[in-house]
Amino acid sequence: MFAELLQYLFAGLTSGAIYALAGLGFAIIYNASHVINFAQGEFIMIGGMATSMMVAAGLPLPLAIALAVVVTMMVGVALEKFAIEPARNSDVVTIIIITIGASIFLRGLAQVVWDKEFHSLPAFSGETPINVAGATLMPQSIWVVGISVLVIVALWWFFNRTLFGKAMLATSFNRLAAQLMGIGVKKVLMVSFALSALLGAVGGIVVTPITFTNYEAGIMLGLKGFSAAVLGGLGNGLGAIVGGLVVGIAEALASGYLSSAYKDAVAFVIILFVLFFLPNGLFGKKGTDRV
Amino acid sequence: MSLLKVEGLSKEFGGIHAIEDLSFTINPGTIHSIIGPNGAGKTTLFNLITAVYTPSCGKILFDDKDIAGKKPYELAAMGMSRTFQNLQIFFNMPAIENVMVGHHLHLNRRFLPSFLRLPSVIRKDRECRDYCASLMEFVGLAKYVTADAAQMPYGALKRLEIARALAAKPRLLLLDEPAAGLNATESREIDEVIKKVAQTGVTVVLVEHDMKMVMGISDAILAIDYGRKLAEGTPAEVRANPDVVAAYLGAHA
Amino acid sequence: MWKTARIGGLAALATILALAPLGFPNAYFYDVAVKALFNAVVCVGLNLLIGYAGQISLGHAGFFALGAYGSAILTSTYKVAPLPAMLISAAAVGLLAYLVGRPILKLKGHYLAMATLGIGIIIHIVLKTEARITGGPDGMSVDPFSLMGFTMMGDRMWYWAAAGLLVLTVWLSLNLIDSPVGRALRAVHGSEVGAEVVGVDTSSYKVMVFVVSAVFASLVGSLFAHKDGFITPDIGSFFRSVEFVVMVVLGGMASTFGSVIGAVILTLLPQVLTFVEDYEAMVLGGIMMGMMIFLPKGLLPAVVSQFRKRGAAR
Repeated sequence: MFAELLQYLFAGLTSGAIYALAGLGFAIIYNASHVINFAQGEFIMIGGMATSMMVAAGLPLPLAIALAVVVTMMVGVALEKFAIEPARNSDVVTIIIITIGASIFLRGLAQVVWDKEFHSLPAFSGETPINVAGATLMPQSIWVVGISVLVIVALWWFFNRTLFGKAMLATSFNRLAAQLMGIGVKKVLMVSFALSALLGAVGGIVVTPITFTNYEAGIMLGLKGFSAAVLGGLGNGLGAIVGGLVVGIAEALASGYLSSAYKDAVAFVIILFVLFFLPNGLFGKKGTDRV
Repeated sequence: MSLLKVEGLSKEFGGIHAIEDLSFTINPGTIHSIIGPNGAGKTTLFNLITAVYTPSCGKILFDDKDIAGKKPYELAAMGMSRTFQNLQIFFNMPAIENVMVGHHLHLNRRFLPSFLRLPSVIRKDRECRDYCASLMEFVGLAKYVTADAAQMPYGALKRLEIARALAAKPRLLLLDEPAAGLNATESREIDEVIKKVAQTGVTVVLVEHDMKMVMGISDAILAIDYGRKLAEGTPAEVRANPDVVAAYLGAHA
Repeated sequence: MWKTARIGGLAALATILALAPLGFPNAYFYDVAVKALFNAVVCVGLNLLIGYAGQISLGHAGFFALGAYGSAILTSTYKVAPLPAMLISAAAVGLLAYLVGRPILKLKGHYLAMATLGIGIIIHIVLKTEARITGGPDGMSVDPFSLMGFTMMGDRMWYWAAAGLLVLTVWLSLNLIDSPVGRALRAVHGSEVGAEVVGVDTSSYKVMVFVVSAVFASLVGSLFAHKDGFITPDIGSFFRSVEFVVMVVLGGMASTFGSVIGAVILTLLPQVLTFVEDYEAMVLGGIMMGMMIFLPKGLLPAVVSQFRKRGAAR
């Protein structure tokens, strides 16, 4: 009984960590530019695919991981440079379509450069399950959660302890003031895409040994990351993390106790309920429109 | 009988009192000005009266009816209409259609007749267009009747909002800083428009930052600062009030 | 001026639709044309919501799919005649849109995008999962459309029906836009609070136009099901919802004829792109990005402003 619950919680935490990373990716870009990047899921896919293809080609795992992260970040920067930057002053809908176009493009690219098959990676430290109070915990799950925590801590340090990180936060609060202070808004935008791509890539790499990946794997992951970000309140980093964990755990519990077929619907049911009552998410600022 | 009665009104934003325990009445057929330094709470007061914001406590009576729980569009139907300090123009529409939206309450508002373009809808719409053109003329926008709102200069947009508000046929018209950002000539012209509106029997409440400007046209003035009432009375009384003088000197020193 | 543009545009549309079949060498062309016209009807409805009222929906394929499955299930399982089945489905979809629209249309921007996206995905997943009723991912077959003993058969017949429906829809849409209701919708886009204080009940108008656009999608979904004879849950996928929005925006937001053009182009594009084979997704994504970057206002408005510029220069 308890073992079963624990088992579901392990599964939920593992996927929740990935959603949290994706949600953070949405939040970082949203803060820097008020853009929702629907290609966030594709960063996850590229990270996983690139690593597994390079490992399959004979590269050692650590090198493959490093290269995959770099590749994904380059994709992120290119996306910002060539698709977002030129459309900076367009409508919300226009930019949504651009990023959706980008996600379709990247999926198509992955399918051409690689293939349509599913790929995996060897687990980082073997596949011997660990028994915890009757529930089995895969070592890779520990990697997923551990690395996610590490990344989140590093990110916190970046935004709160480094000059450039603080500058990025300042830009999200008041773009004009930041500009007047000499913060390069363009550079902030580019770094935000690079960081989001990094988050996506890391998530994609650590989760691939568990879930496998293919060129379409980013769609659902991206949308759930978006749910996580909205659930927590757009642009709220901590909110995105909590949102990701809530979605992950609720999903695991629902598929365990209710129906696994509806697993993918859980995130969206939660988000609808939350938005019905809290139109700015769990931790979003409750704004009064100035008129 | 008063047209508008405000009793013990307060509004808090995250612990800060934008309006605090404010009471006053506005009699029909007058021009009533609300003055105060920047940040005194004038616009917040307007947003409360027109139900754009919900009061933290206190009561607002329009025609002796409590407006609590009413939506802005319901107040419009009761005869209240307003303009905005930060323009709320429909920039995606032609100027005259901005005014025609103001006449919305007096047209057929249901989907089906509009979908089918019933003759009665067309006829009333044509009348509405003519009426709104005459309103634009009334506020001095005759030359913009065929313009797009997006092409109009700032001063003209201020009048366009007045025309739109008038198209609703209000009994109480609230003007939020109608002269802000205008030059001296434009300001005088707006004064004339306001007087003309008042002559048609509409009660006008205007918020102004500039005390001098309102002295000439107001029947009564309410001065506020930090969300509280400083003074109330005729222009002469308010001008002589030491608190008002202090607030203004303080704010502008 | 407005009036001549209205009637002229309608006449031009009708003429093009009447003459187009002269250039169709075989049934395949009719088939694609019907798809394009169906999409155009959905987009003209969706444009009322997105282009005019300024509210996004990333879930309209869900309503389309509900219409399709409603008709399919009512006609096959419950032996209801196609026309009443279509109307019952549309009424049910309208009711659903009303119930979810009331809370979610209070949301703005990305939150509204998220909520509508969620509704679309939930519908898609339900259709995939409830296999006993819907046939699951394998889909289900649908009987042809028949009315009083007359059965719609063949792509040619469907073409004329779809063309007639499109002209009717465009007429309705143009009527609505140039009416008190249409002005109120555009005003909601321009400034919600500005509209509200002069008497426009903005929340109920937003919900109403959401319902109207959902009903359009549902009706076309029903027709599509009868025409194709076989439907799968993927007609309600997130990708299909995105496609509808792209059609609206591509043609030009707040332009009824733009929506028609956008729908036609985006329906034809994959047919034309078959020669690029594996590169299809890349090209499609690239075109979406390129169009939005270089013509953010959409095709038709860009063309119109080019003409105006030339006219002014002359």
